[in-house]
This record gives sequence, C-alpha cells and structure tokens, in this order.
Amino acid sequence: MRLTPRAVLLAIVAPLGALVFAALVCSVILLLTNHSPADTVQAMINSGKRPRIFVNSINSATNYYLSAVAVAIGFRMNLFNIGVDGQYRMAALLAAGFAGATWIDGVPGPLRVVATIALAMLVGAAWAGVAAILKVTRGVSEVISTIMLNAVATYLGQYLLLKLAVPVAGSNNIGTRPITAGGQVPGLAYPGSTSKLYGLIVLAVLVGLVYWFVLSRTRFGFDIRATGLSESAAVASGVSVRRMVLYAMLFSGAVAGLVGMPQLLGSSHSYSLDFPAGLGFIGMAVALLGRNHPAGMALAALLWGVLDNSANSLDVAGVPKEIVAIMQGVIVLSVVVAYELVRRYRVRVEQREVGRALGTTKVPAEVAA
Amino acid sequence: MSTVDRPPPNGPTAANDQHAANDQNAANDQNAADQNAADQNAAEHNRNTADDQPAALAVELIGITKRFPGVVANAGVDIAVRSGTVHALVGENGAGKSTLMKILYGMQRPDEGTIKVDGEVVEFHSPADAIRVGIGMVHQHFMLADNLTVLENVVLGSEPRAGAGLDFKRARARIKEISGNYGLGVAPDRLVDHLGVGERQRVEILKVLYRGARILILDEPTAVLVPQEVEELFGNLRELKAEGLTILFISHKLDEVLSVADDITVMRRGTTVASRRPGEVTARQLAELMVGSALPVPELRESTVTDRPILQVEGLTVAAPDGRTVLEDMSFTIHAGEVLGIAGVEGNGQAELVEALMGIRPPAAGTVTLRGEDITRLSTRRRREAGMAYIPEDRHRQGVLLEASLWENRILGHQTRPPSVRGPLLDRRGAKADTRRIVDEYDVRTPSIDVFAAALSGGNQQKFIVGREMSGKPVVLIASHPTRGVDVGAQAAIWDHIRRARAEHLAVLMISADLDELIGMSDNLAVILRGRLVSYVDPKSVTPEELGSAMTGAGDGAPAGEVA
Repeated sequence: MRLTPRAVLLAIVAPLGALVFAALVCSVILLLTNHSPADTVQAMINSGKRPRIFVNSINSATNYYLSAVAVAIGFRMNLFNIGVDGQYRMAALLAAGFAGATWIDGVPGPLRVVATIALAMLVGAAWAGVAAILKVTRGVSEVISTIMLNAVATYLGQYLLLKLAVPVAGSNNIGTRPITAGGQVPGLAYPGSTSKLYGLIVLAVLVGLVYWFVLSRTRFGFDIRATGLSESAAVASGVSVRRMVLYAMLFSGAVAGLVGMPQLLGSSHSYSLDFPAGLGFIGMAVALLGRNHPAGMALAALLWGVLDNSANSLDVAGVPKEIVAIMQGVIVLSVVVAYELVRRYRVRVEQREVGRALGTTKVPAEVAA
Repeated sequence: MSTVDRPPPNGPTAANDQHAANDQNAANDQNAADQNAADQNAAEHNRNTADDQPAALAVELIGITKRFPGVVANAGVDIAVRSGTVHALVGENGAGKSTLMKILYGMQRPDEGTIKVDGEVVEFHSPADAIRVGIGMVHQHFMLADNLTVLENVVLGSEPRAGAGLDFKRARARIKEISGNYGLGVAPDRLVDHLGVGERQRVEILKVLYRGARILILDEPTAVLVPQEVEELFGNLRELKAEGLTILFISHKLDEVLSVADDITVMRRGTTVASRRPGEVTARQLAELMVGSALPVPELRESTVTDRPILQVEGLTVAAPDGRTVLEDMSFTIHAGEVLGIAGVEGNGQAELVEALMGIRPPAAGTVTLRGEDITRLSTRRRREAGMAYIPEDRHRQGVLLEASLWENRILGHQTRPPSVRGPLLDRRGAKADTRRIVDEYDVRTPSIDVFAAALSGGNQQKFIVGREMSGKPVVLIASHPTRGVDVGAQAAIWDHIRRARAEHLAVLMISADLDELIGMSDNLAVILRGRLVSYVDPKSVTPEELGSAMTGAGDGAPAGEVA
C-alpha cells in the first residue's frame, strides 16, 4: 500500500481508538472503586521516568516482540500457533542446559552464543513441528495440538529441569548450571540504572527486519500471504498449502525458540523455576495490536512493556496494579473490533474511489438537463 | 458517510417503527407540495409503459437520485411498476440497477426522489421497513444455511413463537401452503445442503413470501441457473403473477427478459433511458439501448484448428471424497488453435474436470498429457509453469486475492515466472509494469494498480484475470465461464482475446453456461452429463434448444468418442 496520509491515518486510528477506549473503561473502573484516574496516570508516568523502569520496559518489550513475531508468522497464514509459550520454554531450557554444560566452557564465546541460539531455534521449531506434522498429515487443528503441547512442555520441562538442575545458591530454587561469562551476551549500560539493556535487543531488531523482508519481498512470503488471504486462490495459483503450513509452523517455532534468549543469555544466565512463563500469550496480544506488522508490533511491544513495568509502582500509589491487566485486556478486545471496522471502511472507501476515478455515472448534468 | 451498513434483513425494532412512522408523516407533508410534479412525472411514464391499461401501480420510483461522494449512482430515475406484472430492469453492470434496488429494499436511502408503494409515499430506513410494506428481495447469492432444513432456513429471523418454544408445526403448514399456492414444490424438511441451485432459489423466494411480501425483487435470478431451471423459474414467476404478486426482475439476459417480462425498463449510466414492451423490441435493440451502441457476437471466423495435439486426456476418472465417482473415464484431445467447449448442466462434473486438469484435485485414474509429456502427477505449480493457464469459475474463490493490490494479484499464479519474480525474490517493479500492461491491453477500469482487487467491479476483475492468465504465452487455457457476470463490452473484449490467442495456436477448454457463447466460440462442442462426455455436437449447426436438451440427456447428438 502506498503511504498516503489517509493510509497512515487509517493505520493508526484503530489502535489509538482502542487505547482511548481502554483508558476510558479503566477510568470508570477506577472511579467506581474510589481511585483517582489522574493520580494513577501520574503514578505511571512518574515511574516511567525512572531509568530502571525504562530499561526494564525495553527489555520486556524485546521478549514480547520476539514472541509477537513468532505468533505473527502463523497469523499471516491464518495459523494459530498458540504454542509459542511451550516452544520457547522448551527451547530456553534445553539451550540453557547446553550453554551451561561444563564441557562447553572451553569453546570460544561468540561460537557458544551462536550455537546456543541455533539450538534454541531448532528446539522451538521441532516443538512446533510436532503440531505441523499432525496438521498436514492428520488434519489436526493446530490450535488444539499447540495448546496441548504447551501442557506437555510444562511437565516435560519440569522433568528435564530435575535432571539438569543444580540448586541455586542461597535459595530453594533450582536451575540449570549458570552459563559462564564466555557464553553470555553482555548488556548495554543505561545511565542511572543498575539494570542493563539486553544485548540481544539487536537480535529482536534483526528478526523484525528479516520478517519484513521475507514477507514483503520474497516469493515465499508472497505464498504465505496469499495462503492467508485466500487459501482456495493460493491453491489454484499453485501454492502447496500443506507445505506452506509446515514451513510456517517451523519458522514460527524457530522464532519462538528465540523468545527466552535475551533473558537467558543477558540476565538470568540459567533456566530456573522462576524463568518467565506466559510470554507466548503476551505475544499474541502484541501481534494482534500490532497487526502482524513489523513496526506495529514493535510499538505494541513497547506499550506492553511500559504498562507491565509501571504496574508495580501503582501499588505504591495505592492503586491496585491489576488495573493494568484490565487495560491490556480491553485494548486487545477493542482493537480487534476497531481493526475490523477500519478494514471494512477501507474496502468501501476504495470501492467508492474506484467509482469516482472512473466516473462510472458522473453524468448528472446530462441527465438533469 | 452516506453508505449504510446492511442491517440484518429482519428484526425490526420498536425504535425503527417509531422512526418510520414519524418520517412517513413528515414525508407526506413535505411531499404534498411535490405531488403535482411527481404525478406529472408518473403520468409521463404511464404513457410509456401502461398506455393500454392504466392499472394500479405497485411501485413507483420518482426522480430517485443517489450520490456517493464523487459518484452519482442513480440520477433522476423514474420507474413505474404495474401491480401484478413482471417488470424487468435491464442494464449493464454498473448501470445503477443494484443501487436502485437497494434503495427500494431500504438498504440505502435516496438523496432525492420519492418511493411510492401501492400509491402511498414511503420512506425506508432499513429492509425491515421495506418488508413491512410487502417488499421482499431475493439476492443473487443465496443466503441459506446449508446445515439447516428448508423450514429452519425459512423461519430463521422470524420464528413463529409458541410460548417459550418455536411453533414449527404452524410454520411447516404455512410453508406447505405457500409452496402449494405458488407451485414452488418445496419440501419443508429437506436439508438445504441436499438441494440443487434451482431449488435453493425457490427456498429463497419462499422465504420472502413467508414474510408476507407482495412485491418481489429478484436480483439476476437466472445467473446461476441452466436453461431448464430458468424455464421452471419463469413458470414460478408466472404463477406468482397470476396470484397478483408484483415482480421486479433484474437481468442482463435479454432473451429471458423478453420471454417473461410484461414491461421492461432499460438503465444506462445511472438513469432510466427507455421503457419498452416485450412485443415492441428485439433483444438486439434492447442490448443496444443498454450499451448505447452496436453489439458483439460470439463467433469464430475461420478455423485455426491444427493437427498438433496439445492437451490429451485419457480415461480420466475422479472420485469425490466420499468415494462417489464424479468424473468417469473421460477422454478428449484439444489441438493447437482449437477451442473445445464443454456444455452441461452445472454440477455434472465440470468443476471436477477443471480441477483435475489443473492438478488441484487428484485423479483416481487416467492420464493427462500436455504436448506429449505426461503431467498427470505434476503439481498445480508445475502445470502452470508448463504453460497451463486457468480462468476459474468463481473468481472470488480462486481467481484473486480480494484484499491485495492489483499488482500483487498479477503475481498470483505466476509466482515462479518472470516478470513478477527474480529468483526467490519478488520483482515488484516488473510485476507493476506488467500489471499496467494488462490494465491497458485488457481495458481494466481502475484508477491505479495499488487498489485492492475487491474495489473493482466484477467485470473488471474478470478482465484482469483473463489478462493475467493470458500472460507468459500459455499453451493451454482452461476457461470456466470466462464471461460470467461480465457486461457486454467486457464480454466482447474477452472473446476477442480468446480468439486472438486461438489464432496464435492456443488450445482452449471452455466451460460455460451461456449456450450462445459455447456455440459461438467452440470449434468442437462436447456434452457432459453425470461425469461423462455423452455426445459431441457440431457448433456450426446446433441450436441452443438442441444443445439444452442434449445437456439434460434428452438429445441425440453423436455418440461420444475421440474427435479427430
């Protein structure tokens, strides 16, 4: 699509509208529970100004973005990879076990990092591949199989963790053996904050660029989009839908495998019981809000990161931080509706414009005469 | 915003009622002054349409104008429909027929003009208002739920209540009564899934009658029917008319219009240009009124058939997923420069034949050979690369990506061939340049190649598809209904392109429901019945009537066999 002012406006009106609507709903809830919306906003803004919250927001956004891209690859083909969650947890666990192993300490650092990331992608792809194979050979809905694979990943993960784990010093947590300095990806210092920005933020940017390029510039990406827009038309044009399903799931899983990497290689250095879970589901929300668009999802991931990280400061201000979860929920629900409305509107406007440009019936003068 | 989203056809609300009543009063007052002018208008019309018997007018549209930003879809339209008649509204695609009918059915509101139903000025805010005064619409595309019975489909949205439950018994009785009265022959308890196209249409008509309609709008009702079904429909329409119902019939098939209509109104470029009686015009004159100029005929001049076989099909058999044989032991050969027409009642294996040839549906037995090379096992993509082009029957399902730009649609089906790709990458510039070429050469009316395919009219989408499929020098064209739903001008253009490609040794398999097109465009004409080629007829001597009866198995064409 060309970047006309109207196209830009149509692109932003839906998410902005959803945001405003969500803010209104949250204000009403806050007022009903005797809290001041203004104070809440103030508390969130104040916390956002703190360097540490800022860094944490960016870091969260990095995770969310990777997860969103993984989900979006499927979404573009009308495939619902609900299993990003299980895929990244399996990938992070096995990659952590690999990168933390004693024998690997002698391997040069960059090679270790690359091998760790590659392994994570392979594991993610393999985990998604199970669902893909079930779908193309037996016609099993990927929604069902990936949800169930999430549960399998949880329990298999617990079992593997017990096998791989060492106690974490000074707690009753257990985790994989910590990755030594050579296998880590150093963070970027940010003035005023003790936390560092993930080094693998670069990876997230790279994934976004590759995602954009493949989808909009390659034949393969065209086949993916065509299948998503109309499977019957894609088939008639010579696309093998089964093959595309397989590839899309594998790529989605591979990107899902990356979701845990910034955290693993950048800050926790070990997969333990408290490794973040649920990122796969946040990814779906972010992909929806960002319309599967590489830049849109980046903005959505940032928004989500800021909301999540400023939530904690609300407790201090006496506002229940759950209001953020409500806000996120309302945003997702309303944005889905808003996008559909905008889509219909756009199709109609274009039809009308075609009519106008062709002047199908622009003869009122002649008729009136 | 002047367009109104189409509300559900039923479920009038109290608010709506109130509204309609208020507005009607207002309209009455306001229109009292306009009455004189309007009457004059109508009188003038009556001179045209109803000079011998000034019967009561069921519907009168006076000076209807509907503007969309930048476009006037209807400009000063005047139509008078006599009560108890079949009134045909003809015109090319884009002439404004649909907009006008949407206005009459309350889906859109006119900017100017008056609607009168049975002499009363009315104003519609939604189809519910139109239904209330007895107007019903049968859409071109059926709106039926396949997995429900006829009864359930008919009552859907206006369910008869019996306390908390549904009174199906009463509904069933009413359906039987309506069906009997108008000779529709619809059994209330059959599953819609099991019904043929003609029967589904009768269910749609019944649905409208069930809601109490006395004035029926039928939007291109014959587009989906074969000749025999058309005759049945016309029988039904005559019965409805005999019972005093009024029918507004939109079509661009002029022979049909002439055979069934009592009055004909011709629209062109958003306005009514003429009113005629069937007795006083020929189809040709009507068509010329529609387009405002002379007309094309489907006709092949000299034979270009060579002795070089291009597409050879041997014993092709296709089974449906449920194991039923839908195509049985089919054999034929198409030579370079030959158009083989396949005539048949829809649903006799044409769709399966086409999909098997394109590699979309795997055959159970038989071989397909393209230029001496066995392609039976090749994928759709390999077949397309080998020079097979495909104009699908349903362009929205198989022909275009509606929500993708035109130039992206140029790539569709040519994902592995220049000019749209270079290696694994898309060649955006090449695709765009070639899209412009298609738009120019095939006269696709579009302001730009960046608009969604959905924004184009059906005829322009079809021209675009034909242009795309003719790109890259195909050796075989599989054309399913190449001019379905296309206006006269576009039809002539598409025929021209097929003729030209045929002269350059293109082999064409053409399936069509338009018998004139089949007869006029085919070098050889085969009849398909229940999945078999049952006979060949000579397109030079056969008449549409003979062909029609051959299609139903009643004819006596030459026995099927390989045609040299």
